[in-house]
Amino acid sequence: MSATASAKLKPPVGANDHIEGPAKAPVTLLEYGDYECPYCGEAYPIVKALQERLGDQVRLVFRNFPLAEAHPHAEHAAEAAEAAAAQGKFWEMHDLLYENQDALEDQDLVQYAEALKLDVPRFVKEMKAGAHLERVRADFSSGVRSGVNGTPTFFINGARHDGPFDLRSLLAAIEEAA
Amino acid sequence: MATETASKILPAGAAAPDFSLHSTPDQLVSLSDFRGAPLILAFYPADWSPVCGDQMALYNEVLAEFHKFKAAIVGISVDGSWCHAAFALDRKLHFPLLSDFEPKGAVARKYGVYRDSDGVTERALFVIDPKGTIVWSYLSPVGVNPGADGILDALEALTSKK
Repeated sequence: MSATASAKLKPPVGANDHIEGPAKAPVTLLEYGDYECPYCGEAYPIVKALQERLGDQVRLVFRNFPLAEAHPHAEHAAEAAEAAAAQGKFWEMHDLLYENQDALEDQDLVQYAEALKLDVPRFVKEMKAGAHLERVRADFSSGVRSGVNGTPTFFINGARHDGPFDLRSLLAAIEEAA
Repeated sequence: MATETASKILPAGAAAPDFSLHSTPDQLVSLSDFRGAPLILAFYPADWSPVCGDQMALYNEVLAEFHKFKAAIVGISVDGSWCHAAFALDRKLHFPLLSDFEPKGAVARKYGVYRDSDGVTERALFVIDPKGTIVWSYLSPVGVNPGADGILDALEALTSKK
């Protein structure tokens, strides 16, 4: 009985996912993350460094896993990233949120929408209506069913990575998987 | 990270041993309180592990998914009930934490999930059906948070069997 026996990504990466990098990359690194989680904040530059190091050998996928009870701003931040995605700027918003983890109030989110030159009235309207909440919750549920056990949780080619997430450990795990 | 193999976790099919443990300094919770609905027992080594989304915090976020199956969950460790109270308050937990405190680890031993070498319980999960029979159990490496997927799979199987 191995701990990882059931920790497989469900559903697999699909068209609905936020993907950065070539579809044919041999390695898919998927992160379940929370924008208010300090450990995800620590992981953010590591993932960037990893992308830089591996170039088109890796594609990055991000799914929302807001720990809403522990982090009061996490769910709204996730919705903001989805609202930006609806206007084609998911990764830009994702990056801004992780670079400003201590400023995730609703008015901050609107400022980021302005900075990214989004259609702000549309952004605000969708945020107020909770238009993307269902998507965020669906990501969360998929994470739970995939064996996400905290944030960040990484999957490398569909298998949960249980080790540490410093650059060296992630690179080693990726090398093993590729 | 070597895991002790001494623990003999109770398997599916076994009757869940009864217990009566403090959930707060002046409240006792018994297995029989949960008859009639599925119950999740989550044994864990200690309060206050220094990560976001530790095992108990994760279950706190997943409560709504458990409730879809009408299942209740309790966490169990050897921490005292005052410690549990402070931990639950800090992490805003919405389910009871039980103290397997005196005699220490007695309930964990009955379920086969006590670590003699460390004096704490294993990280172990049980799903108990409405009649008090264990339908799924899982012993996790003590350093690995087992997540909630196995629990949900077991609850789903329990529901579809009816």
